[in-house]
Amino acid sequence: MSSEEDEFGGSYTVRGRDFIDAGLVSSQIKKLLKDRGIPEDVVRKVAVVTFEAEVNIISYAEIGTINFHVDDRAVTIEAMDKGQGIPNIDLALQEGYSTADDTIRDMGFGAGMGLPNIKKFSDDFEIISIVGKGTTLKSVIKIGGK
Amino acid sequence: MTLSQLKEILKAEVICGDEKLPSVEVHTAFGADLMSDVLAFARSGCLLITGLTTPQTVRTAFALDIAGILICRGKLPQPQAVEIARELGIPLLKTEYIMFETCGILYREGLRGCICEILAGDKSCVE
Repeated sequence: MSSEEDEFGGSYTVRGRDFIDAGLVSSQIKKLLKDRGIPEDVVRKVAVVTFEAEVNIISYAEIGTINFHVDDRAVTIEAMDKGQGIPNIDLALQEGYSTADDTIRDMGFGAGMGLPNIKKFSDDFEIISIVGKGTTLKSVIKIGGK
Repeated sequence: MTLSQLKEILKAEVICGDEKLPSVEVHTAFGADLMSDVLAFARSGCLLITGLTTPQTVRTAFALDIAGILICRGKLPQPQAVEIARELGIPLLKTEYIMFETCGILYREGLRGCICEILAGDKSCVE
């Protein structure tokens, strides 16, 4: 394969504090990728990364966007938000470190596994955050080890 | 075991997906209330045992291609969770047993963890 026809993507808006719908974008992206015949292990990784990114935006930002793009080599996910930002990224990447409130914990999240999970399931991972402005993260998941 | 057998063993109530129970087989399980841990460590095809009743339980199961969800401690899943499980085709059951008892009974009946020890990485518990 490898033509522009094989490339596709999408963009989704995620609203802060919209707890009831947390995970909806992840489910939608997963369905799309599955329908397009992307390998199951890749689809699962994308579903986990987008789920955690979505929960992060809902929990800590006013509003955000999740974009994904697929070509024959990889799925690239970008999650950008306007929000409080992360003062110490090294700390936020440590398993178990969390600043979550009870609403987030009631949902089954907020135990300091979000960013570590995103990093764990990504082949490439970048994050930039400005306190008081927001956070942008990029995750690349390779297809077929390419 | 099939989910039908599991239903009998745990005297479970089926919330949705009744028609799928005879054909869905599970050999492994993961038990947790923390969905981030489920996302980190559970494996596709396993049974999810949890006390968390939110829509995120179902969305987490969907993200990982989990075979079915068993709610323990007699809790009722939230209506939105049931709606999403129906939409996504994920069987949802509930049992009165606490998580410890649920896991112990299922282990005795042959189910194993989808991973054994976190430090052992991907090593499966299924011989």
